[in-house]
Amino acid sequence: MPAKRITKTPMRTRDAKLRATDFVEVNIGYKAEHAIFEAERCLRCQQPPCTDGCPVHIPIPELLHEVAAGNMEKAVDILRTANPLPAVCGRVCPQEEQCENNCHMAKQYLPVGIGYLERFIADWERSQPKKKKPKPPQRPQKVAVIGAGPAGLVCAGDLARLGYPVTVFEGLHAPGGVLRYGIPEFRLPKDILDWEIELLKDMGVEIVCNVIVGKTFKLDDLFDKMGFSAVFIGTGAGLPSFLGIPGENLNGVYSANEFLTRINLMQSYDFPNTDTPLYVGERVAVIGAGNTAMDSVRSALRMGSKEGMIVYRRTEKEMTARQEEYEHAIEEGIQFRWLTNPIEIIGDEDGWVTGLKCLKMELGEPDASGRARPIAIKGSEFIIPVENVILSIGTSPNPLLVNTTPGLETNNKGCLVLEANKPQTSRKRVYAGGDAVTGAATVILAAGAGKDAATSIHADLMADLAEK
Amino acid sequence: MAKIIEKRILTPVTKLFRIEAPMIATSARPGQFVIVRVREGGERIPLTIADFDAKSGTVTIVVQEVGVTSRLLGALEVGENLLDILGPLGEPAHIPPGGHVIGVGGGFGAAALWCLMKELKARGDKTTIILGARQQDLLILTDELREACDALELCTDDGSVGFKGLVTQRLQQIMDGDGLGKPNHVIAIGPMPMMRAIANTTSGTDIATQVSMDPLMIDGTGMCGCCRVSVGGKTKFACVDGPLFDANLVDFDEAVKRNKIYVKKEKIAAERQQKHLCERTSS
Ligand code: FES
Repeated sequence: MPAKRITKTPMRTRDAKLRATDFVEVNIGYKAEHAIFEAERCLRCQQPPCTDGCPVHIPIPELLHEVAAGNMEKAVDILRTANPLPAVCGRVCPQEEQCENNCHMAKQYLPVGIGYLERFIADWERSQPKKKKPKPPQRPQKVAVIGAGPAGLVCAGDLARLGYPVTVFEGLHAPGGVLRYGIPEFRLPKDILDWEIELLKDMGVEIVCNVIVGKTFKLDDLFDKMGFSAVFIGTGAGLPSFLGIPGENLNGVYSANEFLTRINLMQSYDFPNTDTPLYVGERVAVIGAGNTAMDSVRSALRMGSKEGMIVYRRTEKEMTARQEEYEHAIEEGIQFRWLTNPIEIIGDEDGWVTGLKCLKMELGEPDASGRARPIAIKGSEFIIPVENVILSIGTSPNPLLVNTTPGLETNNKGCLVLEANKPQTSRKRVYAGGDAVTGAATVILAAGAGKDAATSIHADLMADLAEK
Repeated sequence: MAKIIEKRILTPVTKLFRIEAPMIATSARPGQFVIVRVREGGERIPLTIADFDAKSGTVTIVVQEVGVTSRLLGALEVGENLLDILGPLGEPAHIPPGGHVIGVGGGFGAAALWCLMKELKARGDKTTIILGARQQDLLILTDELREACDALELCTDDGSVGFKGLVTQRLQQIMDGDGLGKPNHVIAIGPMPMMRAIANTTSGTDIATQVSMDPLMIDGTGMCGCCRVSVGGKTKFACVDGPLFDANLVDFDEAVKRNKIYVKKEKIAAERQQKHLCERTSS
């Protein structure tokens, strides 16, 4: 076997100073020669551990083999069959914890840049003229999908490929779920999302926006009145948490969901060309240290803030953001206040935020999560002067559908409970997957759950047909 | 897309639209609202459902032109479309049956009393509507509201019609026993100062009083928290927990401040809209 290069072909990025003032994508992507060069590093393991680490089980060595050989069209086919959202996942997946973490190369050197290659293949496809694919013969049973986020879209895509007429019902005015309202343009350009959704529509997926199942009509209406044979729930975890500290309703306090939704879905970065405003001051504190927190603080800079900071009661070690996002944030000049616990948001008499009162913390014994428990240092109170406080401390599933649908079992966190052996809820022919089941997790886990549900729905509907 | 079937001009800045939205019309209950968007890049604004009819598949909304989006909406004509309409959202009104319900309406908010009082009257409640405005020609939907209740009481600041004075004064008279009968329930929909005054009027009595909060919203489904209202010291999301709340528990001070967050930006947008309109009319 020829010797393999030990380093990963780097991703090209836009200059940090420049990019921190606009919403253009940070990563530029591989050129074909980079991709071929990087794909050649794959060891083509017989039992590929990378594929095991992939929630949608992309046959990675096979895929990279085609790329290395320059057979991009073949690569596209392999990729798209396994993952209906490759341009999205190639950008936002935490590959370092999944496929690349399992890569044999990673044992001694740097892993193969699987994520960058996934992105490259998807982008290559987008650069080519669209190919019309013949539609499979249509099956008699219709399937409804609730929520056009990653779980729902992937489930719908797989079902359409199997020949099921699928209708996706989305609450907002545009499909994509968190990919639309949550992830900023500089990480996931919306025209890429639009393109990926267009491909699903080409496959026969119908998307109906502005429908809240449970409000506009009931889940049972899908079966009783609208003739669907199965329903997949992919409603995500969209409910923002607040800290419950004083001052949270002051002007200038946002949930990360609201802050990002205004910017991404409502395009307030283009105000007043668009109509939805956003209030950003000179200094912005974001509470939390996950990917959403990084997205929020980096968006704040791009919206014109001079100073953006992350305030987190634990340390760098416990933060849940991806390394790449963290590094990009540092490059863009974001400040990090570790071991800092907010206890109150201070405002002026007209109700505007003027500061964030915090306590300094130190690390104690590990807690239930296994992470060192932060303990407040007595008398360490201090105030950080800021005009905005953005809360990015997690989200939970929205109870709207469950509250209006009899017989849907949830756990104490409001997550849907599934049967032990398949992704079906406590209701027959009602399936679920993604954040609505797991609580807030990743795009690719939701995609994987959508795929598994499609397989299960197919098996059950085939059995139903055979019974008739 | 939802087609406009009927448009009526209630006052120079208050327009009524009947809109084709069969799914919403089938599910709607009094007290609920819809969220609409008028153009690409446009805002999502909440509007209370004034009336709905499952048979014709239409919902009726009333809009007051106060900002960029409501002006755009107000300019639409029959046959044109709303870009998006989502609903019905929020919790319907829950009022125990069998009592005397007084609906107090001010400004364009009075429209929201229409389907509510109609339904209460139909189920046999005693129903009174107190409708107030500065002067006679700003009172809206008087014919519809008269039909929707047992007694319609008009109030104007200048006395041009009905009682001369504020809706709260008229309510106080009724509470003091002027022949109409004491209310068990008051529901007030209108500008914030009016709703707050109504809350003060009934506070300390055993009259259950509700107000319909109208904070800024985006999704209308509990996803953003933009619509936060403090009620009895707890944070509620008006879009899913409301829009109706116990009048005596609402923190009106906070609500007033929160509604001002985008005043400066709204001015920029409004000036720009004005300029565009001028350019269009002059060219
Ligand atoms: S409008 Fe977003 S939560 Fe109420």
